[in-house]
Amino acid sequence: MPLLRIEGVAKSFGNFRAVDKLSLDIRAGEFFALLGPSGCGKTTLLRMLAGFETPDEGRILLGGSDIAQVLPHERPVNMMFQNYALFPHLSVRDNIAFGLRRAGMARGEIATRVAEMVALVKLEGLEKRRPDQLSGGQRQRVALARSLARRPQVLLLDEPLAALDKKLRESTQGELMELQRRLGMTFIIVTHDQEEAMTMAGRIGVMDAGRLVQVATPRNLYEAPASRWIAEFVGDINLFNGQVAARDHGRLTVSTSDAGTLAVSELWPPVTKEVVSVAIRPEKVKLSRRAPASDAGGSQTINRLEGVVTDVNYLGGVTSYRVKLETGAVVRSSMANTARLDVDAYLAGQRVVAWFTADDCLVLEQ
Amino acid sequence: MKARTVTRLTRFNMTSLVLGLAFLYLPIVILVIYSFNASRLVTVWGGWSLRWYLEFFSDRAMLEAAWMSLSVAAVSATLATLLGTLAAVGLARGERFRGRALFSGMLYSPLVMPEVISGLSLLLLFVALNAERGFWTVTIAHTTLTMCFVTVVVQSRLATLDRSLEEAAMDLGCDPVRAFLLVTLPLIVPAIVAGWMLAFTLSLDDVVIASFTTGPGSATLPIRIYSEVRLGVKPEINAICTLVIALIAVIIVIASFASKLSSARGESAAPL
Repeated sequence: MPLLRIEGVAKSFGNFRAVDKLSLDIRAGEFFALLGPSGCGKTTLLRMLAGFETPDEGRILLGGSDIAQVLPHERPVNMMFQNYALFPHLSVRDNIAFGLRRAGMARGEIATRVAEMVALVKLEGLEKRRPDQLSGGQRQRVALARSLARRPQVLLLDEPLAALDKKLRESTQGELMELQRRLGMTFIIVTHDQEEAMTMAGRIGVMDAGRLVQVATPRNLYEAPASRWIAEFVGDINLFNGQVAARDHGRLTVSTSDAGTLAVSELWPPVTKEVVSVAIRPEKVKLSRRAPASDAGGSQTINRLEGVVTDVNYLGGVTSYRVKLETGAVVRSSMANTARLDVDAYLAGQRVVAWFTADDCLVLEQ
Repeated sequence: MKARTVTRLTRFNMTSLVLGLAFLYLPIVILVIYSFNASRLVTVWGGWSLRWYLEFFSDRAMLEAAWMSLSVAAVSATLATLLGTLAAVGLARGERFRGRALFSGMLYSPLVMPEVISGLSLLLLFVALNAERGFWTVTIAHTTLTMCFVTVVVQSRLATLDRSLEEAAMDLGCDPVRAFLLVTLPLIVPAIVAGWMLAFTLSLDDVVIASFTTGPGSATLPIRIYSEVRLGVKPEINAICTLVIALIAVIIVIASFASKLSSARGESAAPL
């Protein structure tokens, strides 16, 4: 039995169906991310878990009992708010102690727990400050400490890092993961930032229009997206529409209008439709001046596309190229800058061969 | 040639500012100065004196009227603050009920209703109820007049208050009532104080509604002053008015401090 089971939960606001018959199991101790574009219903789902919204139908089972109709203050669940929602009239200490006082904990015990929380989020010496005397990063820590203080069974985090700058966000991601591991608590995070979800979560649930469209580990989500929409939503991808021309032992031949005939390895479950898209991530598209010798490793089938480099974007760690094929279609390639000197760089206008193996391609239904 | 800056006071701006302020405050300044006039004639300057202040403090009828005004203002402001705050909370935080817009529009009608009409309708009501007119009828009338001002002030404060603060309180174990008392109320106290002050001053200077709803022997200070002035302006009136102005100035300073206090907490201030 999972710690949290969401069963056929639906919620509408007027005519808008925010969450549509959604089911999901979350295991104890898991770091789960709900990822999706804005308006996909992820925040509504989180708010139903916190108790701020009541589902129209379905059940939310926490440790076996249905909490769908239980009021927020009676749930063993706490939430960290996107804007932190710190009480401006209370000090850091009183903010953290707020939930403990409501739980009727003894004074001495509260003091110990607050000190423990302050140490956990490294806020020593700031206990007497008010929220407006803290930096954004410090406020974020107070909000985290406050939501962890009651030791909830599940901690809900609503875009917890959205207000921080990039550097701080990255270090905080690491700290959150470390904290979650150490406390062994179940974290459910809502985010629209796929990198954030991929970095932190053990599993990611992608939502679109109120439904879960895929639940997978970060790697599977990226390398084996369940649909064309997910492939395009998570990361960059080149897509070529075409038709299956031949099937042979897990190897498909797809004839596309943009990139000619492509050899593709089939995923499980196999695609049943004839009209498909071949998808390839830019970092799996290599560029070279001449076509590579075929079948370098023997079993690998290589697709080669000739074209002209039109754009070169140097991004530090990688350089991304746009290569225009003879058909007019564009292939994006990104290559790691493994050498400091630009011996491997290609220039705009240069003729190149973009190539990728059959195993690196995905076949997706259109 | 000097570079022109936007913030600099040009001669034109300066002149218009002085003229505008003079238009507003010159009559009051003259009144204040003449309150220290030693002469018995209002328009003739006879040197400095505190004579008319002493006169006022020995004028029993005037003092009674002043006391009546202050107690009506204090009681009606308190009632108006209670009711007005409840209405503001209901309108800002309650579920969106049917007819909410109509209800809030109706609540604000005393803001624009001519005072003569409000006064007359209240008088008719009190007569119909056969209520003895005096302290309580004026107080109730002033409560209905000032309540909507409190509502406006408190509601605008509530509107700037982040809804998720209450949700956070509930998430941390408060039922809705306690979430309001422990989180929302402390944050809107400055607006409530400002609303009370506003209601107090409005009640203090009302003549029209008070004259409709008051009874014999319970005249408020403005009514008393008004009736005295009809018989001829005594310099004592200047002294009383100066005291009233001083009191209102103090209240306005306190009220603006109260709203400053709320803006110092990182939230926007109540408009005042």
